[in-house]
Order: sequence, then structure tokens, then C-alpha cells
Amino acid sequence: MERSPSSPAFWRSPLRGPWFTSLLGVVLLAGITVLFVTGLLSYAAYNPDLSPVNDKTPDKGVLGFYLFPWPTDPPWLYRLTQGVHVTLGIALVPVLLAKLWSVVPRLFQLPPARSVAHALERLSLLLLVGGVLFEFVTGVLNIQLDYVFPGSFYPLHFYGAWVFFAAFAVHVVLRAPTAVRNLRRMRAGDEGAAPPVSAEEPSLVSPDPAEPTVSRRGAVWLVGGGSLLLLGTTVGRNFDGPARRTALLTPHGGAEPGSGPNGFQINKTAAARGISAAETSEEAWRLVVTGPSGTVRLSRAELARLPLHSAALPIACVEGWSTSDQWWRGVRLRDLAALVGHEPDTAPDVLVESLQRHGAFRRAALRANQVRDPRSLLALDVNGERLSPDHGHPARIIVPAAPGVLNTKWVARMTFGDLR
Amino acid sequence: MTTYRLPLGSPLQLLLLACSFALAGYAGVRLLADDWFGVALWFVGAAVVHDLVLLPLYAAADRALVRAADPAGHRGDTAGHRAPAAATPPPARRARVMYVRVPAALSGLLLLVWFPLISGRVADRYASATGMSGGGFLGRWLLITALLFGGSALLLVLRARRATKDRPPADH
Repeated sequence: MERSPSSPAFWRSPLRGPWFTSLLGVVLLAGITVLFVTGLLSYAAYNPDLSPVNDKTPDKGVLGFYLFPWPTDPPWLYRLTQGVHVTLGIALVPVLLAKLWSVVPRLFQLPPARSVAHALERLSLLLLVGGVLFEFVTGVLNIQLDYVFPGSFYPLHFYGAWVFFAAFAVHVVLRAPTAVRNLRRMRAGDEGAAPPVSAEEPSLVSPDPAEPTVSRRGAVWLVGGGSLLLLGTTVGRNFDGPARRTALLTPHGGAEPGSGPNGFQINKTAAARGISAAETSEEAWRLVVTGPSGTVRLSRAELARLPLHSAALPIACVEGWSTSDQWWRGVRLRDLAALVGHEPDTAPDVLVESLQRHGAFRRAALRANQVRDPRSLLALDVNGERLSPDHGHPARIIVPAAPGVLNTKWVARMTFGDLR
Repeated sequence: MTTYRLPLGSPLQLLLLACSFALAGYAGVRLLADDWFGVALWFVGAAVVHDLVLLPLYAAADRALVRAADPAGHRGDTAGHRAPAAATPPPARRARVMYVRVPAALSGLLLLVWFPLISGRVADRYASATGMSGGGFLGRWLLITALLFGGSALLLVLRARRATKDRPPADH
């Protein structure tokens, strides 16, 4: 048994022990809690309960219990919550890897079960470890547009998060008191002593430790340094200009895709979405607006003769990148509602349809509070210039604090008050 | 034949676990609704690949590195017997392993997280969607790796020089 992984003596690293596992565990407890909450907020930000077109997990049942109308203030709300979700998730990768390394002897521990409760806890650990890796892997792949996972990202990441959370919550309840006790003891200067996790559970401390090759402090620095490196090369993708250049390896990092007023980040180009110049020309394109008083068709020139307003708003993507504020100019959504028979102050929800023929959000619904906000525009220009094709020419939606995909580009049709 | 009966364990723990499994089951049937086999494979596969492939691989690479830094003959770590205290490698030599270990670990971490971009497997899709080049990531990763190892080498040289300067001749 000496050389088998189920023997405690197989594991020789002097680093393993309650203090290392507890420290990483407490960091993950805080970090993963933030990831879970910001993830739930991101789902709410889509307003999935408003219309089926916004909801990629319609069979969510009670898992959508907390949904609420997503506000438009502060306008950087989604930029912040989703920026934190993705950036923090990336920075936590080394902490997660170190935590899993620190407890790997437990995987091989014998006897496999000391009691029914212990057997079930070990089964629950499969959901915990499988779940956390599933969430991190699908998230990291999705932001790199590598869609190799089995299905649509939205249901996988959302339901996967709840399976993981179920195991995470019970793990925290069962283990957090021990972790906190270990850290307290550590701070009291007693870190050398190895407190048993419990009377019946074998300790993580190696009974036959090898010569140390790195100090405990050094190991913590290495994990923290990995986090800082990932953070430092990622966080810049949430700002335009020089900051973005520091995001060296991340999608939507580095240099901007273009120069000039339309040079900022693009989620999906016109070419990628099959939008041709012929269908967006002044002759061909008409915006169709429908409401209780009937249907109005407007050319871009006619739209430009309506009262135009400006708003400085960012684009913030679910993939965790965002732009700084851009200066948009166009027609207020509430004024468009008034064109088809609504009072601007009591304008209803609207269904927005794009010219694009495919894509998960070619149709998107906006809630009344978003329509009524005076900063919500059907934009024609950005930063003092006509929208480029890649940014949605002839006209696009821009709504404060809404996820990027709800800011529909190449708008063709808007239906006020009827979301079907 | 004797029957072995497993004790039940803590009732509170059992209740909490039952509650957890019920919630996991509620979300799980939705998670598995479309492609149950593919999702289950990814879910369990993630844990298996990490615990039985990735972790042993990087642990073995690290062990090989540490062994390579040891002078020949001092391999007590792996042979199953204890090396006598007097025969352990000099601390300075052991400490130098860190100058390779740290940049290698950081570079590997970046490769692990950004593999789809660095390998170029999504380059065309990335370029088509975002209007940016999908090809620069490998070069940038190599440059960061060069900086990490170069910086580490510089640090090693500076510290070694300072140590020689500061060390009083009589004291070591």
C-alpha cells in the first residue's frame, strides 16, 4: 500500500495541510459567492420573464424566483456586474487549481465510505468538483467563442451553476466552520501544529513529508501571482484606448478594431451576420413601427428629421468585455412609441426585430422602464458620425445598463405593446 | 458470510445532503434535458480529466524539474527511503528551482486559460465576428513567456551578485 495513492504516505508535499486548504477555501468562498450572485444578476438583466425571445432557459421553474425588472440606472450597472463576473472568474482559476491540488489525496481516501452520510458527502463532492470545473470551462470557452460544449451556452452555464451551487452550499455549511477555525489558529501563530480536521477524518498533512522546495508563503505568493497576472492582462478589456492594450491575451483585448468615431469594439460584424449594403441603403431600408394607432414606415432620412437626442452610454457584453461611454445620437424610444399612439410617459414594452436572419437575439424585447428612459435611443450616429455597418447602420438600439445583445443592431421593426 | 452494516452518520449532515441533492436534481434534469449524455460526459469528465490527467501531469513535470535541480544521487524524495539530512542539496541550489518554476507555472497558466485563442483554433471565427485579427495571440503569449523567464533570470543574477557582495567572508 506504500506506493498507492490511497495511502497517506503516497502524498509527500509538505505544503498540504489544513492551513493551505482553509486559506484557499475562504478565498473561493468569497469569490464564488460573488460569481454566483453576478451570474444570477446577468440572467435578470436579460429580462427573461418579459418575453420568450429574451429567455434561453424557459423551463427554469423556481430557479427564476428572484427575477426583477432590470433597471436603467446606473447606466454602467451591467458593465460592472458582468465585468466583475468574468474578470473575477478568470482571476480565480489559479486559486481553484491550487485548492483542488491541496485536497486531491481525499479523492483516493480509503475506506471509500465510513458512514452513509460520508458516502453521500463524497458523491456530493463529485457535483462540487465536476460542477465548478464545468462552470469555469464553459465560461472560459464561451468568451473565446470556442463553442465545443454540448449545447447552447445559456442553459448549460445557468443550470450547471445551480447544480454546482447545491453542492457548494452544503460544502460551505459542512466545512466553512473548520476552515475559519484553522485560519484563526494560523493567525494566532500556531500554524505549525496540524489540527485534525475531525477525529475520524485522516489529515491532509503528509505523514512522511518530502524536503520542502518552496515555503508556505512562497506557495501562496505563486497562487496570488497567477491571479494577479490573469487579472492584470484581462481587466483592461473593459475600457477603451490604452487600457485595452494591456489585455494582451483576452478576446476583445489589444488594439481597437478600427480608428475614428466607429473604431470601438464590435460583437458581431455586419458580414458575420449576413447584412448586405443593398438592404440597408436609403432606398431599400424602412423602419416599421407598429402600435395602437397603426403602422408607420420611416426611411433613415425621415428618422433624422425627428427630434434627435444624445446619450453617453457604454456597450457591455455578457462575455465580460465592455467599451467606455460612446456618444450616441438618435430618436428616443419613447418618442417612437408616441408616433404610433402611446403617451411617451406611459410607453409600453417593445419587441425589436433586426434585419439579421440568424443569431440568438435577432429579436429582443425591452421593458417599459427601458423604453421610457430618455437616454434609450434608436441611434443613427455615434461619436459625431453615421453608424458604421458593423455598429448597426442604418439604426440600432442603445439602452442604459442593458446587456449588449439587447441593443439590437440593423433594426427593421419595432412593435410597441405586443411582444408576441 | 458476515454482513457489514454501514453506520448512518450525522443526521443533520444527512438532511443537508438530501436538501442539496434535491436542488441539484431539480436543476440537473433541466441541465440534462437536451443532450444528457454529452452534458454528463462533460460534467464528470471535467473532474476526471482534472484529477487524473492534468494534476498528475503538472505534478510530474514539477517533480522532474526539482529532481533535475538536485545534484546526482540525492533522490531520496522518490526512492521511498529518506535521504540523510547531511546529503540534502544546498539550500541555494534548491531555492534556484523557483526561478524556473514560477515563470513556467505562470506561462502554463496563461496557456491553459487562453488555449483556444493561443492555439488559433478559433482564429477565423474570432476575426469574422469581431473585426479584429485572430492570429496575434500565440506571438503575444510567447513574448509574455519570454519576459517571464527573462525577468526571472535577471532577478536570479542580481540576487546572486548581491549575495556574493553582502556575504562577509567568515560567515556562511
